Amino acid sequence: MKRLVAILRAIRNKRRIRTDGGTTDERSTVKRWLDSDFLQSAPFWGPPLILMGLFVYGAIGWNFLLSLTDYSGFGGPDYTNLGLQNYSRMVQDPAIWEATWNTVVLLVVFTIACLALGLVLAILLDREIRFGRAFRTIYLLPFALSFIVTAQFWRWMYNVNDGIVNQFIGLFGLGPYNWLGDPRLVLGSVIFALVWQFSGYTMVIYLAALRSIPTEQYEAARVDGAGTFRMYWRVIVPQLRPAIVSATVVLVLFALKAFDFLYAVFDGYRPRQGADILATKMMREGFNNSEWAYSSAIGLTLFILSLAVIAPYLYTQYKRGNL
Amino acid sequence: MSEETLSAGQSTDDERVLDRISLTQAGLYTSLVGLVLFYLVPVQSGFVTSIKTSDALINTQPFAPPGPNGATLESWEFAFNALSQGLINSLLFTVPATVLCAVLGSMAAYGLTLVNWRGQVAVFVLFIAGIFIPYQAVIVPLTQFWSQYAMLDHRLGLILSSHHATILELIITHTAYGIPICTLLFRSQYKTMSWEMIEAARLDGASVWRIYRRIVLPLSIPMFAVVFIFQFTQIWNEFLFSLTIIGSVNDSAASATLILSGLGEALEGVDYPLRMAGALITAIPTLIVYLLFADKFAEGVRV
Repeated sequence: MKRLVAILRAIRNKRRIRTDGGTTDERSTVKRWLDSDFLQSAPFWGPPLILMGLFVYGAIGWNFLLSLTDYSGFGGPDYTNLGLQNYSRMVQDPAIWEATWNTVVLLVVFTIACLALGLVLAILLDREIRFGRAFRTIYLLPFALSFIVTAQFWRWMYNVNDGIVNQFIGLFGLGPYNWLGDPRLVLGSVIFALVWQFSGYTMVIYLAALRSIPTEQYEAARVDGAGTFRMYWRVIVPQLRPAIVSATVVLVLFALKAFDFLYAVFDGYRPRQGADILATKMMREGFNNSEWAYSSAIGLTLFILSLAVIAPYLYTQYKRGNL
Repeated sequence: MSEETLSAGQSTDDERVLDRISLTQAGLYTSLVGLVLFYLVPVQSGFVTSIKTSDALINTQPFAPPGPNGATLESWEFAFNALSQGLINSLLFTVPATVLCAVLGSMAAYGLTLVNWRGQVAVFVLFIAGIFIPYQAVIVPLTQFWSQYAMLDHRLGLILSSHHATILELIITHTAYGIPICTLLFRSQYKTMSWEMIEAARLDGASVWRIYRRIVLPLSIPMFAVVFIFQFTQIWNEFLFSLTIIGSVNDSAASATLILSGLGEALEGVDYPLRMAGALITAIPTLIVYLLFADKFAEGVRV
C-alpha cells in the first residue's frame, strides 16, 4: 500500500515537472484535465446544481416566457405570439398599485418592528439569567409553527365578540374593533400577528452576534460609566450591523411573499379589502381566475423586487469574502 | 476624612447598588414573564378553546379553561379524523425530502468548499440566490410542469397510484427547493474544517470521494442533525406547494396544512374549537421536534 502511494506521488511529481518543462503533449493535457479538481468535484455539486437549477432558474425563465403569452383559462399557452401586454396591463390595473402600496407598508413596518422587538428580546436574554434557555425557546416557538397554524390562532385572537385582543383593550375602555374586517385596521392586524411569529427569529440572529462581542467591551463601557441603555446603544448596537443587515434581507424577502398566512386568515385567495399584497394578487389571478400569463407577470415582478434586495446583499458579502 | 466614615459611605453605596440591582432584576424578570404571556397566549387560548363545548365557548373567557361541564374532546376527535390521512401524507413526503435535501446539500457544499477549483464561488452564488427566490415566480410553470408535462400518475401508472405519484411530485419539488439552504448550512461548517487534514489525505493519494466518505461525512453528523430538524419543520409547515400541486383539499394526497386551511369550511360560520384542535394536531410533529431539539433548531435558523 505504501509503495503504491509512493508510486502515485512519483507520478504526480513527474507530471508537475513535465508541465514546468512545457513539454506536455495533447494526451496528458486531457489526462490532467480529467484529474483536475474541477472534474473530480463535479459529481458532488453537479447533480444538486442540475436539480435545483432546473426547478429554480429553469422555472423562472419559463415563467418569463409565460408572462409574454396571453395564456388564460384551460388548454395550453401559445408561445408563437409574444408581447409585453401583461406588463402594460399591470401598470393600468389599480388593484396592482393598491397591492404594491400594501406590500411596501407591510415590508417596512413588519421589518422595523421585528428588528426592534427582536433586539429588546436579545438584550434581555443576553446575560446570565435563570431559565434563559427556556425563555429563548418560548420566544422562538411561533417561528417553528406553520403559518396555517398560527393563522388559526390569530383568527380567534382577533374575533370581534370573544377575541382576547378586544377583551384586552376593553380593559382600557377601548373597542371592540373588527380587526380583520375593517379595511383601515386589517393590514396592521396582519403585521402584528406576523411580528409575533418572526420576532423570535431576529432575537436568535442578534443573540449569536451579541455572544461574539468580547466581554471586555461591555466592561470598558461600564467603567466609563455608561448606563445599560447607553452602553447598548453606543457600543453594542453598532457592532450588530452585519446581523441587522442579514436579518433585514430575510425579513424583507419574507414580507414579499407572505401569502400562506393571508390565505389561511381569510379562507381563500381574496384577502379582506385593505390587506391585498402582490403575492396574494398573483396567486389569485393565476389559481383563482386562471389568468396564468398575467399571474406569471406579477410573479416575475416579485422576483425582480427580491433580486433588488438579494443582489446588493450578495455582492457586499462577496466583496467581504464571506461567500 | 476618617477611615470610618469612608467605609460607612461605602456600605450605604453598596446597599444602594444592591437595591438597584434587585430592582433591575425584578424588572427584568417581570418583562421576561410578560413576554412569555405575549408569545404563549395565542397558543394557550387555542388549546383551552379546542376542548370547549359550544356552550362553554360562549359562556367562558377565551383564555379560561372550560371547567368540568364544558369540556369535551369532540373537536379533537373530529379534527383528528379529518386530518389523519393528511398527517400520513405530510410524513410521506416530508421525511424523504428532508433526507434527500440534506444528502444533496452536503455533497454540493463539499464540492464547492473543500475541493479547490476556479469559479466555485460563482456556482455557490447560484445556490445562495436559490434560497431567496419567491416561490410566486416559479409556481405557475411548476404546476404546468407537473400537471401537463411530467404527468407522473400517467407515466408511472403501472407502478404508482395517482396518490403516490402526487407524493413523489412533492418529494422532488421540496428536495429541489430545499437544496440551496442545506448547501449553505453545510458550507458554513465545511469552511471551518481543517485544511491541513484534507491536504494531507490528498497527498497520501486519497480520492475526492474517499475524503468525503472517510473524513468529511463523519465530521458532518452534528450538522446533519441541524439540517434534518430545520428542514423537517420547514417542509412540514409549507403550504404553497401543497395548495398548487395537490390542488384540492379532497385529494387523497392532501397534506395536513392543506386540510387544516379548509377544516370545517362547509359548516355554518367558523367552528373555532374545531379549528384550534386541528391547528394543534397539525403543529404536534413540529412542536415535538422543536421542543426536543430547540438548540439545534436555533442553530439552523442562525446560519
